[in-house]
Amino acid sequence: MRAAVIQFPGSNCDRDMAVAIRQIMGAETSLVWHRETALPDNLDLIAIPGGFSYGDYLRSGAMAARSPVMQAVVAAAQRGVPVLGVCNGFQILTEAGLLPGALMRNAGIRFVCRTVQLKVENSQSIFTSQYDSGETIAIPVAHHDGNYFADAETLDRLEGNGRVAFRYAEPVNGSSRNIAGILNDSGNVLGMMPHPERMIEDVHGGSDGRRLFEGLIRQIA
Amino acid sequence: MKTRVFVTLKNGVLDPQGKAIHHAIESLGFSGIHDVRAGRLIEIEHEPGLSQSDLEAMCSKLLANMVIENFEIEQAA
Repeated sequence: MRAAVIQFPGSNCDRDMAVAIRQIMGAETSLVWHRETALPDNLDLIAIPGGFSYGDYLRSGAMAARSPVMQAVVAAAQRGVPVLGVCNGFQILTEAGLLPGALMRNAGIRFVCRTVQLKVENSQSIFTSQYDSGETIAIPVAHHDGNYFADAETLDRLEGNGRVAFRYAEPVNGSSRNIAGILNDSGNVLGMMPHPERMIEDVHGGSDGRRLFEGLIRQIA
Repeated sequence: MKTRVFVTLKNGVLDPQGKAIHHAIESLGFSGIHDVRAGRLIEIEHEPGLSQSDLEAMCSKLLANMVIENFEIEQAA
């Protein structure tokens, strides 16, 4: 099994993500710098980690989404390679057009950094198969721009097609319909603001994030 | 040559920053303010030959996120 974690200037969850993928999935994981124009061959997973790529200049994720490596990521996603974007990674995926909508400043203006309760809305995806539908899990968030926005038609389409993967079970950032994570149409791209890679062993205060990676092993193997 | 690009939030998109600025203005004692919305001004220095369609492409591909924002291009003197 092979995975790549993309690194941008200002990424800060890249190593945590690589540790989670290596430790839980046992995948050979390479860190790929944003200026690369090609990805390693035969990838089973691409992860876009959290952080503040390019200092959040212009808009969160805007500059990263136009960096050279993202063209390769978009092409891989279109071929069906699983892509997981967490936090800044979710922002980058929307800016790159792989997921609909946009992530705006939190409704309360403040940076939110705490563990939140999430409801698993779709347990049929390659990322969520080890959760139960409707289950509540605890995963940390740490973001300033996590307020998911899309027009009503897009939101209805996401909900109608089971593309809402996770919803906040408590007020967090003003997201439309409390959306915390969404899938693309073909189900191989997941973007989510909460950090599953920060909740993978008991010393983290819980391990609810672990099953996302465990589920991927089964789907990919 | 200089061109100014104004990027603003679309109508109906909530603007928490504008709201905070609104409150700050009022807390300074100014009254009669109905609403404040914050945007971004980008100044671009360029060759005179740059086409309007290239400017528009820059705006829609990078400077504005068309999901939530509009842009306006103003040729400066």
